[in-house]
Amino acid sequence: MKPPSEIETAATENPVVGIDQTAGNFSYKVDYAFDAGTGLNEDTVRYISSVKKEAPWILEFRLAALKKFQSMPMPTHWATKDLENINFDKIRYYLSQGQQPKRTWDEVPDDIKKTFERLGIPEQERKFLAGVEAQFDSEAAYSNIKDIVAKQGVIFVNSTEGLREHPEIFKKFFGKVIPTGDNKFSALNSAVFSGGSFIYVPPGVKVAQPLQAYFRINAENFGQFERTLIIADEGAEVVYMEGCTAPKFTTSTLHSAVVELVALKGAKIQYITVQNWANNVFNLVTKRGVAHEDAEIKWIDCNIGSRLTMKYPGVVLKGERARGEVLSIALANDGQHQDTGAKMIHAANNTTSNIIAKSISVGQGRSTYRGVVHIPKHLKGCKNNTECDALLINTNSRTDTYPAISVKGDRNATQHEASVSKVSEDMIFYMQSRGLTEAQAMSLAVNGFINDLAREFPMEYSVELKRLIDLEMEGSVG
Amino acid sequence: MSQLEIKDLHISIGDKPIVKGLNLTIKRGEVHAIMGPNGTGKSTLAKAIAGHPDYTITGGDVLLDGQSVLAMEPDERARSGLFLAFQYPSEIPGVSIANFLRAAVQARMAEGEELDATGYYKRLYAKMDLLKIDRKFTSRAVNVGFSGGEKKRCEILQMAMLEPKIALMDETDSGLDIDALRIVAEGVNAQRNGPSAPGILLITHYQRLLDYIVPDFVHVMYDGRIVKSGDKSLALELEAKGYDWVKQEFAAATA
Repeated sequence: MKPPSEIETAATENPVVGIDQTAGNFSYKVDYAFDAGTGLNEDTVRYISSVKKEAPWILEFRLAALKKFQSMPMPTHWATKDLENINFDKIRYYLSQGQQPKRTWDEVPDDIKKTFERLGIPEQERKFLAGVEAQFDSEAAYSNIKDIVAKQGVIFVNSTEGLREHPEIFKKFFGKVIPTGDNKFSALNSAVFSGGSFIYVPPGVKVAQPLQAYFRINAENFGQFERTLIIADEGAEVVYMEGCTAPKFTTSTLHSAVVELVALKGAKIQYITVQNWANNVFNLVTKRGVAHEDAEIKWIDCNIGSRLTMKYPGVVLKGERARGEVLSIALANDGQHQDTGAKMIHAANNTTSNIIAKSISVGQGRSTYRGVVHIPKHLKGCKNNTECDALLINTNSRTDTYPAISVKGDRNATQHEASVSKVSEDMIFYMQSRGLTEAQAMSLAVNGFINDLAREFPMEYSVELKRLIDLEMEGSVG
Repeated sequence: MSQLEIKDLHISIGDKPIVKGLNLTIKRGEVHAIMGPNGTGKSTLAKAIAGHPDYTITGGDVLLDGQSVLAMEPDERARSGLFLAFQYPSEIPGVSIANFLRAAVQARMAEGEELDATGYYKRLYAKMDLLKIDRKFTSRAVNVGFSGGEKKRCEILQMAMLEPKIALMDETDSGLDIDALRIVAEGVNAQRNGPSAPGILLITHYQRLLDYIVPDFVHVMYDGRIVKSGDKSLALELEAKGYDWVKQEFAAATA
């Protein structure tokens, strides 16, 4: 155990307006047993693979991905030039404490427990930690499947362990939902991935308790590339939750995850994310699921913070009557760009999809909704509903909506609604005249705006979400 | 005894003077009515005292219990005991009345002090019973889709919960039919007794409201100042004679 004096507190600095976002603004000294250095080449990839003692096929997979990554252009044609500011040579691609995943809470190092404490995880949520897969830097530092879950035959491990111990299950779907070359960052992830969760739920098993993971970036210039694959076998049901807060650093940090979901016939997967990245993080994530016959995939995605987030959770509706849903909340404060949305690819008859996206832009914050809904001509009975609502706080805010809805044929239906509203001075004055400070008033207005979506979140997550919004609003006034 | 003192107050919107030297003292438990024709600065007075950013105080002072409120933010004024019942209350989509009031009550507590949720709801329901408001009302989003009467009842409920020292009620009767008016007036009257009764400044255009909320004092405002004060009989006189009478007197006095 380290004495408190060794806690490092990183300096707060925002390149644009100097928001003091004190939550998550801390880091701990950690001795890294394995360190791949900075920069990326074949040696880096070989090093990562050897540290993880991977099978040759995984190394081959990584090396092919590296070639793909190096050959693909940056996707600047529709995002932002800011991507060009990522310096791939200065990023650390692999760090590990050299620990094996822990099995019980008592065995978890105090440093990590302290980190959870500083994250302000509510008491009732800590109870859940007993059944949590929590990632600390690039390895899972703590991994404990609750007895009940294990007894049900559920596999809940990190990606390294999943590929090593259960190749017969995971190899079949790994990299199939999101091919390596899907985009430049999925290729990058495929080359250097480490950490993340691999979950398999056997047929008919309904996991009663949500499985959780906490991710943090904990070293300067450290890119985090977790890889998650969740397979719900026929008729199975599982809810997965991930939450992130990150310490602040003064140089850019890259987070580029790949998450693949497979819901087999009649299965249900719900994937919930609450993210609060530091203002210097590039958060470029590829998330996609395949829903087979009568299956359901629901993404609940909440993005707060980061310098640039590009994330468009998608569902491929592969089997008849499959359902896909994306509920997303994005908050862009000064110096931040939230480029988020959803993709719904209808590939079978009578499939339905629902997208509800709410974005909040504060100050110079910028939010963009980007969506794809594709229903080809030969299908019938497909339905899509898309709603995009934007809330602007402050006249400098910017919001854009780019819904690309292509519905072909006359046997399918879609509806699309979009709204832009503002938090007016009168509304703030009204609340202030009841005794709320300007920050509290803004926070309440924002919470009201997302209220109907936030209700979809599990209790402890909506509490956390509210707390994050409060903190963001505090930093945005005066 | 708590009181609000308005001393030689001057208020402008932009460069335009609206209130031009107004004096008035309101003690806790008293009901003062300010009447006057449109455009004489009645609403300006209420909003400026509450701290609306569109209004500039160019002279004079406003004291609550001897303390000037002019340097305070609107929320500080509210927390020190001022309340403005709005003529046109804002909508707050997605925020229920119960949660809004809870935030307002919480804002009045010391830092680190936690609101006792059970106690809060007990008090809220007691106030709602007092004002004859249905329990379902507080789960609705603040003012969203409300009728004129519902908006005003929502204001009265907030006033009852926040127990201000001084309540400024801006055209509370506007847009209400006679039944709604009676209900709202009953709500105000229910708060007039007891040690927590606020001092009330009732701003109205019509004497009609004063049939239901009987004031202790009536003031006539014209051209940015109070030109006549009296008891409730003054209101009846105004009703009978109209405002032209006041205008003529004022013209004669300033000629």
